[in-house]
Amino acid sequence: MKPLEQTTWQEIELGGLLREPGSARAYKTGDWRSQHPVWTKSRCIRCGVCWTVCPEPAIIEEPGGYFDMNPDYCKGCGTCARECVTGCITMVPEEE
Amino acid sequence: MSAKAAHAKRVGMEVSIAVSHAVQLARAEAIAAYPITPQTHIVEHLSSMVANGDLEAEFINVESEHSAMSACIGMSAAGARTYTATSSQGLALMFEILFIASAMRFPIVMTVANRALSGPLSIWNDHGDIMAARDIGWIQVFVENGQEAFDHTIMAFKIAENPKVLIPTIVNLDGFILSHVVEALEMLDQETVDKFLPPYQPRHCLDPKHPVTMGAFAMPEIYTEVKWNHQVTLSNAYEHIVAVWDEWAGLTGRRYRPVERFMTEDAKILFLTMGSLSQVAEIAVEELRAQGVPVGLLKLRMWRPFPFKDLREAVGDAELLIVCDRALSMGGPGGPVLSEVRSALYQQPVRPQVFGYIIGLGGRDVPPEAFKDILAKAQQEAARPSGQEFCLYGVRG
Repeated sequence: MKPLEQTTWQEIELGGLLREPGSARAYKTGDWRSQHPVWTKSRCIRCGVCWTVCPEPAIIEEPGGYFDMNPDYCKGCGTCARECVTGCITMVPEEE
Repeated sequence: MSAKAAHAKRVGMEVSIAVSHAVQLARAEAIAAYPITPQTHIVEHLSSMVANGDLEAEFINVESEHSAMSACIGMSAAGARTYTATSSQGLALMFEILFIASAMRFPIVMTVANRALSGPLSIWNDHGDIMAARDIGWIQVFVENGQEAFDHTIMAFKIAENPKVLIPTIVNLDGFILSHVVEALEMLDQETVDKFLPPYQPRHCLDPKHPVTMGAFAMPEIYTEVKWNHQVTLSNAYEHIVAVWDEWAGLTGRRYRPVERFMTEDAKILFLTMGSLSQVAEIAVEELRAQGVPVGLLKLRMWRPFPFKDLREAVGDAELLIVCDRALSMGGPGGPVLSEVRSALYQQPVRPQVFGYIIGLGGRDVPPEAFKDILAKAQQEAARPSGQEFCLYGVRG
């Protein structure tokens, strides 16, 4: 599929139809982020609550059962930090 | 009806019933509607046709007009020839879904029995309802009598479903003045309508074998292009609309034009009206002509797309143009029709003085004498162009 910013009005599909599924994946919502979650592994019990509650979902399970964010899609909403059972997730402001 | 030899039959019938027969003859496959005065007879009759097996269609009784239009979108997305009808508050309640239906390019046909909007509550006719929904991206036409209501209902399906158009279409008919009046009109038989209007062949349709996403989110990078695509298609629909009207003329002898002219030869003064007002204006124009007044009438049938070229040609070198609106754009430059007509004429090297008269709000009767009175007033105003932008005709005080 042609990138959106290069598509002309003549190329619009009838009724704005999308023939390919999963097109939202092309939109990296990560650039909305003003803060991001940081896990303190020593306090993480690998319960997966953060993974469960992430609305995107933008939390990935790493080898060993620990978790991290997917920077392409994490919007920095902080739901994971709020819901973390042991309080091991801290929201850290993005650097300028 | 289909067993007759002749393809047309003259009958006396309430206009709402005639519209429901037109929908039946068009073989609508899906209807979702909520009854509202003065559209009620249309959908009541369709509902009984479906219940009695006279029309093979899905009829969904919904709890609101918001749901009616939503269900119509769903049924049209499934590939069905889809119809609904509403009026006034019902159209207002549909509002957000109307834009979605046209943006998704579903050829739904809707009758709007034009009625004043609340408040104060009024069930009577004016064009306030449709004028508030002017920019919904639908094709919009106005009819002036029962025959036109019947004809345009059938033609609307053919126009909307044209693969080069695929834009939903509204047929506006004046509530009560047309909807509840018994008129003599010519009905076509099923065979003739079937030949004129073949089954709907959807170009985009829900199909498990070919899954697609409909109604997707549009990013700022693409929204503008989608809107321009819609605008160009709606403007270009003009030629396809006229082509369908011409085909109808060949079939029935009744020719419809985007701007129709009545006694306009050598007219220095022109009235411009829409809908059933045109029939009353004709009476006034005929009488004025008999008295030697060089007056004619333009009847604006096609409202969207707006027929700029036809209007300019029809106005020609008239000196005074009196635009009669049946809606008030409050705090604005007068009625919506006045506003657009002025805008269409502004770039013309020679243009008439244009005056706006708003008449017939909320069911206020407009007899032929009103047009004569308006002409007298407008001629005085023409002598003093510093006058008001527009007048609300007949307002007391």
